[in-house]
Amino acid sequence: MANEGTILTAADLAGNGAYGDDPDVHGKFGIFGGRYVPEALIPALDEVAAVYEKAKNDAEFLREFDHLLRTYAGRPTTLTDVPRFSEHAGGARIVLKREDLTHTGAHKINNVLGQALLTKRLGKQRVIAETGAGQHGVATATAAALLGLECVIYMGAVDCERQALNVARMKLLGATVVPVTNGSQTLKDAINEAFRDWVTNVDTTHYLFGTVAGPHPFPEIVRDFARIIGVEARRQMLELTGGLPDAVCAAVGGGSNAIGIFHAFLGDQDVRLHGYEAAGHGLESGEHALTLTAGSVGVLHGSRTYVLQDDEGQTIESHSISAGLDYPGVGPEHAWLKDSGRATYHGVTDDQAMAAFALLSRSEGIIPAIESSHALAGALELGRELGPEATILVNLSGRGDKDMGTAMKYFDL
Amino acid sequence: MTTLQTVFAKAKADNRAALVGYLPAGFPSKGGDVAAAAALVEAGCDVIEIGLPYSDPLMDGPTIQDAVHRSLVNGTRIADVMRTVEGVAATGAATLVMTYWNPIDKYGADRFARDLANAGGVGTITPDLTPEESEPWRAASAAAGIDTVFLVAPSSTEARIKAVVDCCTGFVYAASLMGVTGARESVNVAAEGLVKRTKAHTDLPVCVGLGVGTGAQAAEVASYADGVIVGSAFIRRILDAPDEAAGRASVTELATDMATGVRR
Repeated sequence: MANEGTILTAADLAGNGAYGDDPDVHGKFGIFGGRYVPEALIPALDEVAAVYEKAKNDAEFLREFDHLLRTYAGRPTTLTDVPRFSEHAGGARIVLKREDLTHTGAHKINNVLGQALLTKRLGKQRVIAETGAGQHGVATATAAALLGLECVIYMGAVDCERQALNVARMKLLGATVVPVTNGSQTLKDAINEAFRDWVTNVDTTHYLFGTVAGPHPFPEIVRDFARIIGVEARRQMLELTGGLPDAVCAAVGGGSNAIGIFHAFLGDQDVRLHGYEAAGHGLESGEHALTLTAGSVGVLHGSRTYVLQDDEGQTIESHSISAGLDYPGVGPEHAWLKDSGRATYHGVTDDQAMAAFALLSRSEGIIPAIESSHALAGALELGRELGPEATILVNLSGRGDKDMGTAMKYFDL
Repeated sequence: MTTLQTVFAKAKADNRAALVGYLPAGFPSKGGDVAAAAALVEAGCDVIEIGLPYSDPLMDGPTIQDAVHRSLVNGTRIADVMRTVEGVAATGAATLVMTYWNPIDKYGADRFARDLANAGGVGTITPDLTPEESEPWRAASAAAGIDTVFLVAPSSTEARIKAVVDCCTGFVYAASLMGVTGARESVNVAAEGLVKRTKAHTDLPVCVGLGVGTGAQAAEVASYADGVIVGSAFIRRILDAPDEAAGRASVTELATDMATGVRR
C-alpha cells in the first residue's frame, strides 16, 4: 500500500480485474496485442515486463511515482462543470476531467513520469521516444531533464515543420530531435525509426513508448500509468454528483488518454464508454484516421490490432487536423473493447472538432487541444441523444496552446 | 526445384558455406528484379531471398528501405512477388520469400503458402514473427510443403534459441548483430558465438546475416557458419549504378568475390 496521504495505491495501477482486463501471458487481449517484433528485441521486452511487474508491487516505486504526480505533474486534476457549453448538448450535464491542467499541458506526463522511473530501475541512462504532434516528445524530454537521462526524440520531418514550437521546446529541455525523412515522414515512420534505434542500442536505452499500442508489455504499462485519470475521475464524480456518469467520452488516436479514463469504469456496466476517432475530411474522402471504425484487423508496430491497410496489408496513411490522432493503428485493448462491445467508437470530422474547439473556448474560457475537441464534439451529440437528465464525463486530455497555429489558419484569426 | 536441403548438403560436400543473396521484388524494376537475381545466381549464389516490399520495414536499414520504397512506388503487388519467385526459381537457385508478417496475415496464411509453393518457392523468412505467434504460419507452410526460417539474435537466451530453432525448417537465420540490415565495416564478433550457441540446439544449417559486405567478410563468416547472407551490399551496388545493366555487372563482380570468399 502507498503511504498515507498519497493518491496512488498498487490497486490503482494493477486494474480492478472486473472485465478480464489484464492481458494474458503473451500480452493478448482476446485475439489482439502480442508481440510481432524482431527476435533481438524479445529479451528487452521481457526485461521491461519483469521490472515493471516488480515495480508496480513495490511500495517505494509507488511512493516515488505518487510524489512526482502530486508535486511535479500537479495531480489530482480537478473536474469542471461546463453549464454554458452543456446548453449546446441538449441540456445534458457535461463534466470535464482537466488533464489540460497538468504540467506540460496534457495527460502524457503521467505515462512519461512512470516510465522514466522505470528506466532508472532498468539501469538505463538513455531514453528514446517517437512523437507526432510533439506532445509525447515534450513530455519525454521533460521527464528526462527531471531525472537526468539522455533523450533522443524521433519525429517525422513533416511533423517537425508543422510543430516547430514543440521542436524548440524539446531542444530547450535538452533533448536531441531527429527528423525522420523516410516513408510518410509522420508518426508511424517516427515509430519505425525509434524501433531501429532501440534494437541497435538496447543495452543502454529504454524505448519510452508514448501510447497503449506496440508490443507487449507497452499496452499494459502505458495504460496502467495513464489509469490514474479514471481512478481520480470516478472518485470525483461520486463526490460531485453523488453517482457515476451515464457516459465517458474520450478522443482516440493510439488510445492512451481514452484507456486512461475508461479503465476505472470497465466494471461499471451502466456507464457507457465512447471513443472518438478522427474522421478527418470524412470517411468517403479516404482522408481520415478511422482505424477502429473503418480499419481491419492486422499487425502494425508489433501488435495485432485494427489497422488502416490496403487489401495486401500495406499501411495506408492517415489524416487528421490533429497530429495527435493522425495514426493508422490503435492500441490492442481498444480493439478488444470494440469487439467485445464494452466500448463504442465513432468518427468526428476536422470541422466538427474545430467547432467544438471554438465553442468550449467561447462558452467556458477553456481552449482545448484539438485532439480533446473530438471528444467534446462527440459529447455534444451524445448529450442531445441521451437528454437533459444525463451526465457525461469528458476527458479533456490536453490544452490547446500548441494548436494556435492551426486555429489561426482554420478560423483566419 | 532445388530445395534448401539439397543446397546445404551440396555445399557441405564441397566443404564450403552456401551463399545467400537478397533482393526485393520489383527492384530495380519489374522484370529487372529477376535479371538481377539471375546475375547473382550466375556468379555463385546458391539461395535467393526475394523481399516482399512492405510499407513499415522496421528491421531494415536505409539501403533496403530505399529499394523497398522504390518498389512500392512502382506498384509491386503480391502477384508480382510470386512472378518474381517463379522467374528466379527457374534459374535453379533455391528461392525464398523474406517478408514481414502482416502481408501474409492479410493475404491469408494458407493461400500465401500455397501460391508460393506453386510459384516454385521453397520457404519464407519472417523476421517479425516470433515463436509464440508462429503456429498458424508453420501449419500453413507444412501443409504446402515449404520451409519456415526464423531468426535468432545475439541477445537471445538459450531458452529463446531453443524455441526459435524448434520452429525452423530449412535453416536458422542468425542475425550477426543488434541492429538493422546494412553493410558494416566488420562483421560483429558476437556472430561466431551465436552460431556456436545455436548449433548446440539444432542440426539444421545456421546462416549468418546482417553486416556482410565484402568477399573477405564472407570468407570469415564461412569459416564458422553454414551459409552467408548478403543483401544491402548488393542493393547498394544497384542503387549506385547509372543503369540496370551496369547494376547487374556490379553485383556480378561483388557476388563473384563473395562466392570465392565462401570457398576459401
